Amino acid sequence: MQKLPYLHETPSQTAGPYVHIGLAPGAAGFDIYERELGHDIAGPHAKGERIRIEGVVRDGTGSPVKDVLIEAWQANAAGHYAHPEGGGAVEDGFRGWGRVITDFDSGAWAFDTVKPGPVPGRNGKIQAPHITLWLVARGINLGLTTRLYFDDETAANASDPVLNLIEWERRRPTLIARRVAGEGTPLYRFDMRLQGEDETVFFEI
Amino acid sequence: MTPAEYYQRDPGRHPPALTPGYKTSVARSPRFAPISLEQSVSEITGPVFGHGDLGPMDHDLIKNYAKTGDPVGERIIVHGRVLDENARPVPNTLVEIWQANAGGRYRHKKDTYLAPIDPNFGGCGRTITDAQGYYFFRTVKPGAYPWRNMVNNWRPAHIHISVFGASFSQRLITQLYFEGDPLIPLCPIVQTIPDPDAIDALVARLDMNASIPLDAIAYHFDIVLRGRRSTLFENRLEGN
Ligand SMILES: [Fe+3]
Repeated sequence: MQKLPYLHETPSQTAGPYVHIGLAPGAAGFDIYERELGHDIAGPHAKGERIRIEGVVRDGTGSPVKDVLIEAWQANAAGHYAHPEGGGAVEDGFRGWGRVITDFDSGAWAFDTVKPGPVPGRNGKIQAPHITLWLVARGINLGLTTRLYFDDETAANASDPVLNLIEWERRRPTLIARRVAGEGTPLYRFDMRLQGEDETVFFEI
Repeated sequence: MTPAEYYQRDPGRHPPALTPGYKTSVARSPRFAPISLEQSVSEITGPVFGHGDLGPMDHDLIKNYAKTGDPVGERIIVHGRVLDENARPVPNTLVEIWQANAGGRYRHKKDTYLAPIDPNFGGCGRTITDAQGYYFFRTVKPGAYPWRNMVNNWRPAHIHISVFGASFSQRLITQLYFEGDPLIPLCPIVQTIPDPDAIDALVARLDMNASIPLDAIAYHFDIVLRGRRSTLFENRLEGN
């Protein structure tokens, strides 16, 4: 019998408790790179609404996960990703990707960006504005992928093909950031739960 | 347009979320199955990095934090290629690594292991693969270290590796182990992977031909990311 010529994907291993050394050394407590990557998601020239998103990740006991590292991936306000297949041009300096770490004492995290626009989905459907999030930490064996949507996009969310794929309607709100009162930059709150009551919906992409 | 997807992940290759032998996973593993998503532009794109993002010494852990001299430890080279499941090279992709020093201690404010910090060793590096998917790091061999799981668990010597690939669906973090290390089969984190062949894919091979005589010994380690389906274009499979 012939063997198919494919290779197999390298298996995942946990990022462990010291992921910051590699991916955010400043947070680990030392200065090594001239430019640490992932601090500025949108860049100075991005058009659209400047927003801030904050939250906390909790484990199955309800305790904050203080050593999680989150990566964010998003389109610009025009719905284009900064990638050759991203749908169109983006502003100079817009990467659409960022790294977010938590406060080691409280587990609180926050990042600043611009609100993404709607992007095409499969088969001509439009996806509501969203940010893809990827979570790694000690105790997470394979990075967890989820999406953040916005609660002030009611109509777009109602027709979003991915939200509608979630059979359990009562789990859908785990993906929706709430706009909360704040002064200055609009602020959204997005808490995630790895396990337990209101466990966040995670995706296999 | 509907973009071509990356091949679905083989769950038998990866550790499941809940692995009680690795105790921290118990409260941090989702209980519901993840929802499978057909890939859209959000999943088949990912960040692009260039040489302007890096410094010239970033791949050399022997020199990139050296203050008064070179770090203590066995000088090694870790090199190989980033490929996809179709055995095609993945060029221009960011590879980041981090590791303990030769004594098994991390330069991290949360690491309290009694082995000393090495004043000349930072413990992280990064590089971008070349047009053939090739990467190269110079470092010192990390030491084994104890960790709180069962009371006498030790991590085998390992280097943490983060790779991006061309899309967010190829994003991967893993760990490299060293051929012949007797701690590999004893490690609860290694053993989260159910398939022995998959574990073997994480073991870097001693590579005498790439070693630099009287200077550094080499290990070879290839990284495989998910492959991508060809797009059907005018009844012809493109990209094959
Ligand atoms: Fe480690």
